[in-house]
Amino acid sequence: MRLSDEEGAMLAGKLGAPRRWAIAHQIVIGEFFDAADFIAVGQAHVMADTESLGEAGVRFLEGLAAAPEPDRRVRVPAITDPRGIDFAVYRRLGQSAAMAALERRAIAALSAFGVLMTDTCINYQTVMAPLRGEHVAYGDTGAVIYANSVLGSRSNFEGGPSALAAALTGRTPRYGYHLDASRRATRRFRLTAAPRDLSEWGALGGIVGEACCSYWQVPLIEGLAAAPGSDALKHFGAALASFGSVALFHMPGITTEEPVLAVAPPDPIPIGAADIAAFLARYSAPGDKLDVVVFAAPQLSLHEIAAVADALDGRQIHPDTTVIVATSPEIKHAADRMGLTARIEAAGGVVAQGICFYQSYAREMAEANGWTRLMTNSAKLVNILGGYGYRSSLASLERCVDSAVAGKVL
Amino acid sequence: MPIVLRCHPGIGPAVSGTALVAADNFSARYDLDRSRGIFSRPSHKLAGESYVNRILVLDGAKGGVATAWMLHDMAARRIVPLGLIFNRVNPIIAQGAAFAGVALVDRFEADVTRLFRTGDELRVDPAAGTVEILKRDS
Repeated sequence: MRLSDEEGAMLAGKLGAPRRWAIAHQIVIGEFFDAADFIAVGQAHVMADTESLGEAGVRFLEGLAAAPEPDRRVRVPAITDPRGIDFAVYRRLGQSAAMAALERRAIAALSAFGVLMTDTCINYQTVMAPLRGEHVAYGDTGAVIYANSVLGSRSNFEGGPSALAAALTGRTPRYGYHLDASRRATRRFRLTAAPRDLSEWGALGGIVGEACCSYWQVPLIEGLAAAPGSDALKHFGAALASFGSVALFHMPGITTEEPVLAVAPPDPIPIGAADIAAFLARYSAPGDKLDVVVFAAPQLSLHEIAAVADALDGRQIHPDTTVIVATSPEIKHAADRMGLTARIEAAGGVVAQGICFYQSYAREMAEANGWTRLMTNSAKLVNILGGYGYRSSLASLERCVDSAVAGKVL
Repeated sequence: MPIVLRCHPGIGPAVSGTALVAADNFSARYDLDRSRGIFSRPSHKLAGESYVNRILVLDGAKGGVATAWMLHDMAARRIVPLGLIFNRVNPIIAQGAAFAGVALVDRFEADVTRLFRTGDELRVDPAAGTVEILKRDS
């Protein structure tokens, strides 16, 4: 890679040990992907949940954070993805004091860099949306695909170490979705029926994701007559990224960039209501005892929380079923202020802030609480949790709430 | 005479070990029980297999960013694959391998899940961009 004088100085350690580590890590990644040079980024979004970090990762952060303050401060605004612990509810969820202690150490280290503890994967809805053409280093696949597709900004998947490195250097290697050539559509799909709710938008993302099944494929989705709204594309993108590792999609007339096809246009693959119903049916388990209902992955917008509160009004969740709602601290504060949290809690639900279920020691929570059967309206969540030992069902928000009240999958 | 296959230059140290091969994809969060060192996702083609100290040969990456941290923690607990061979990875697998110091190569001229077999003894040289089949049971 070509290095500027400043990048060379970072690599030589003249700007401190943290920036030396950061630029060296980025050069390894850049050379692996044949990047010619670096490009400046406007924001960094750091995934650093303690389940993923482990003790070793936290020790690594603490080591960098021990550098003198001028050497360790981030160079661009940097924020965090969901954490593993909400200190207000962790005992109720069956998480341990040791998990909370590790979380406190991680927070202290990240704060020492000047990283802002936003603890959210929906930063594009709640903190600051990037602009079209803005290069960023985002560390959540759902945030990356939304920013690339809906907003027209430019990011690769930047895992925790690389997003932190980008925050420290203010740049990232120029490869992948920073380049025009990578943003051309490579696959075509045509919808013959629009999804009807968020679970169906997630199912559509799962169908397209499984068909693409590569970070380097860019699907073009045709046939939508009207813009479906931010939460719909949030669930669609998160599922597409989860099932397919896809980082960019185009929907003509809805997403920001005019799609250019990479090759002669292939015939589009049709997707209709029967395909979506078949996808949902893969997770069907009517009559099963229901242990836990989760509304998360991605964290909920204020509108989604209001929908949960509306569905629970005047009802009581079955005593053998736990309902968890996960959102960002900013949305939680708004939900508190507007009485939404109180309405969900009155029905017996838990509203957690700054976490996401699968980033919060899901295996250990299952063991501590005896949870097996989970229900959610998030296709991303059912995809992730298979390896954690859960049997997951995917259904609309309303059916999830009805099932939680009944104590069994409806 | 050993067979040497060429690929894009990779990441991490040169290693020698035994291959574990499947035409499937990979995520440390989605697929592994990282306390027991096995593939835990029931639908994965390697479900129930130990990945520890094996050279994993797989198609590509699944979603999620957690692998970027998790390989490092797995390496610290000595419950990590010895090396990774893929057809093509996403940035997360590369970032995780770089951070953890795990050998990684991809971009061969043919499908790696057909080039290599479970049980092959391999030498992976990321800097040279080569994988050598040292021994194969007939």
